[in-house]
Amino acid sequence: MSTKTHVATTINGEVTEFLCEPRQSLLEVLRDVLFLTGSKEGCNDGNCGACSVIVDGVLINSCCMLGVEAQNSSVFTVESLASEGDLHPLQKAFLEETGLQCGICTPGFLMSAKALLEKHPKPDEQQIRYWLASNLCRCTGYDKIVRSVMKAADVVAEDKA
Amino acid sequence: MKNRENFSDKMRVVGTRPVRPDGLDKVTGRARFSDDFHLSNILYGKVLRSPHAHARIISIDTSKAEALPGVHAVVIGSDFPLIDHQMVSQGEAGLADMRDISDNCMAKDKVLYDGHALASVAADSPHIAEEAIKLIEVEYEPLLPLMDVCSAMAVDATPIHEHFIPGAFIAPSEEYSANASTIKMGQGDLKQGFTEADHIIEREFTTETIHQGYIESHITTVNYDINGQITIWTGTQGQFEVRDNLADVLDIPVGKIKVIPLEVGGAFGGKDRIYLEPVAALLSKKTGRPVKMSMRRDEVLRATGPSPGSYIRLKMGVKSDGTLTAADVHLAYEAGAYAGGPVFLPVISCTTRYNIPNIRINGFDVIVNKPKTRPYRAPGAPQAMFAVEQVIDELAQLLGIDPVDFRMKNLTKTGDRLLPGFPCQPIDTEMMLRTVKEHEHYNAPLDGPNRGRGLAYAMWFNLGGISSARISVNSDGTVQLSTASPDMSGTRMTLSMQAAEVLGIDVREISANVSDSESIGFSMPTVGSRTTFATGIVVCEVAEEVLLQMAARAAILWEIDPEQVLVSKGLFTNLSNSNQQMSFKELAGKMHETGGPITVHSTKTAPSFIPLIGAHLVDVEVDPETGKVEILRYTAFQDVGKAVHPDYVEGQMQGAAVQGIGMALNEELFYDSEGTLKNASLLDYRMPTALDLPMIDTVILESPNPAHPYGVRGCGEMSIIPPAAALANAIHNATGVRLNSMPMAPHKVCAALNQQ
Repeated sequence: MSTKTHVATTINGEVTEFLCEPRQSLLEVLRDVLFLTGSKEGCNDGNCGACSVIVDGVLINSCCMLGVEAQNSSVFTVESLASEGDLHPLQKAFLEETGLQCGICTPGFLMSAKALLEKHPKPDEQQIRYWLASNLCRCTGYDKIVRSVMKAADVVAEDKA
Repeated sequence: MKNRENFSDKMRVVGTRPVRPDGLDKVTGRARFSDDFHLSNILYGKVLRSPHAHARIISIDTSKAEALPGVHAVVIGSDFPLIDHQMVSQGEAGLADMRDISDNCMAKDKVLYDGHALASVAADSPHIAEEAIKLIEVEYEPLLPLMDVCSAMAVDATPIHEHFIPGAFIAPSEEYSANASTIKMGQGDLKQGFTEADHIIEREFTTETIHQGYIESHITTVNYDINGQITIWTGTQGQFEVRDNLADVLDIPVGKIKVIPLEVGGAFGGKDRIYLEPVAALLSKKTGRPVKMSMRRDEVLRATGPSPGSYIRLKMGVKSDGTLTAADVHLAYEAGAYAGGPVFLPVISCTTRYNIPNIRINGFDVIVNKPKTRPYRAPGAPQAMFAVEQVIDELAQLLGIDPVDFRMKNLTKTGDRLLPGFPCQPIDTEMMLRTVKEHEHYNAPLDGPNRGRGLAYAMWFNLGGISSARISVNSDGTVQLSTASPDMSGTRMTLSMQAAEVLGIDVREISANVSDSESIGFSMPTVGSRTTFATGIVVCEVAEEVLLQMAARAAILWEIDPEQVLVSKGLFTNLSNSNQQMSFKELAGKMHETGGPITVHSTKTAPSFIPLIGAHLVDVEVDPETGKVEILRYTAFQDVGKAVHPDYVEGQMQGAAVQGIGMALNEELFYDSEGTLKNASLLDYRMPTALDLPMIDTVILESPNPAHPYGVRGCGEMSIIPPAAALANAIHNATGVRLNSMPMAPHKVCAALNQQ
């Protein structure tokens, strides 16, 4: 008797098929089935944001979505941010502004910030803080994370101009 | 060899802001944390935890769990070897009885807190393991839990432990009760001190149990091979502490254990010892397969961490001119389920930044039915400071003296006798307070109702201790730097920068790693603000020795005495013929023809009790309807001796300040009367989010530490200490009420306002 379900989806732009148990979360599938370990587990109940990914354009906690629910969807993880060796402006800004310390929450912050910049290309500080409120960081006090996002927003805006 | 300018003020690398070497992996998702580590043929372990805060274990029946398909092994307390009473140093956590460490990993006769481990299974998947532990049947005889220091210290309190050795964790206790050890410190004549006082204030304070709140759980992978060799892959603050504690608990030789450190996803003191390692080792031994174990978030909050709740009573006397005459301090701190909490650290540090001639500090280490406390960034200091700096503030207001001036009048300076009995090592405490007083924030108008500004000033001490480092020069001039100090926030870079400064090369030529426990000499863990300071000292010494050996090689090539080689900024010059010069890289390329590779390893012990100081200023607005405290502006001042990488120093100050803000305003582990933790999730254990905070401004001061070649002081812990006191003082200045209970959560602020 098969205990696994076949799922066809798109992950980071590539058509991907996998088998998973119905009880496995998308986060488990990403990490343990597809070995995309950039998305982190901090709480497994949707409260820390370390597993943030973008599914069909919507920012979600991948621990709170089942793997089988990814059928026919498009999932973007932190592994998608850098393209052909070029870092995303957010990644560059986090490095330059030291928007990370231990780094466990960083992938989640990057994905939340990416979702923010897609919706609000020129966010003010309050908007950034609002959008990042679903991601917990225990190292930085958020100051340099917020500055990193501000800087990246400027770079993205300049690139588009 | 003659060395020029290496330790002068003109530094090329120290004080700059290069991008960290591990950063790229961390922003691309490639960094390998504990949970990202996989072996083939692996099993997954899970732990059954007690639902009772205090109970005797009558029986454990694991037969149904063992029968579940996919389950490969079960381990319970009786699988652990019986070990003798043995007190072992736990670094900044004092001494611990290894029997207690063993029992904390797996209960044998009694469970002592909600979440105490008492059985575990290894299975094909974590889900099967979770199912299996639910099939384990345990019969308990529930016992009365003691949940706070006052009830555990009551004269008629029942002892939680039948074999309790009072004071064994730090010093023999002269006075003790059923569950508490005492540590006392003092000087002068207390009675005389209070007689001399024109004003005396006595106050009581309470603080609640809190958690370090690292985002990464406790995760470990252990392989117990057929030869009895154990290999452990885990993110830890100290690979040697994991190794040594495991050897003691499993009663096996240290040499049989190798610990390979992975990236640490936050620790703050909570990942300096073992929880899952002996369990996973025994499961691996039974199955002959590697076993990976990870805690769920609720297990982390129920069974690890916490930083103690406390009851503090404080009496201080002052003359009308503002001179402090006496202080009587009672600090009762939770130890958790086993003796040995951090209370001795606030005992030595909570008043000593002021010269108080007559003083008595009684610290009590109190066993309660909560998880064994672990260090949390300046362990125990924020709680005591919450009390002491509020009373200092109250005294200053009573006398109508400016709060900075009042502190300045009583300020401990270099050479003054500190409470533990030795003189204060060099530090410019006056510069700190002067800088605060002259700062724009201190002088800015703060208008509007329900608004107030608060100040707190704190002193803490840098842990030194043992560190090892090794530098190997590669033939292309690049350099390997190995230490045993786990990197929690950029220390591979700050250590590389110190090495680059000495060697006179570009920091990008250095590749730094954190070595496993077999590949480098013993080191103490990354705790006590020690890595950039204490490991930095060894790194500098090793780098100096590398230069000496390189100079000797140049001397061979030039056929001169090594004393005739001048080294400056990575350039080797023949003093008798200055046309002969070689760069570090050129000389490295000739190592093999001058005697072979150059590798230098050293282990050193750095001095402890280097003073650290900080002051925080905060503006708040209190909502009288809801009791919510809004932070309008925050400035943290800290003396770091020399900021090796100023961005990282700012990051340490900001992060520590925000942890302090969290414990001040929100964070609390809620236990019901049965001793059950009611908020074991990150939704209900409410840590600060980006939306709760303003920017955290930082002012870095640098009064050099003569114990370090570049004057560095550790910077990791200091800024968690002042926030709660600064916020309490600000709330008072905004509302007129004093909060004597932490966290100063909205309901408490409302209650205090209503009592006004």
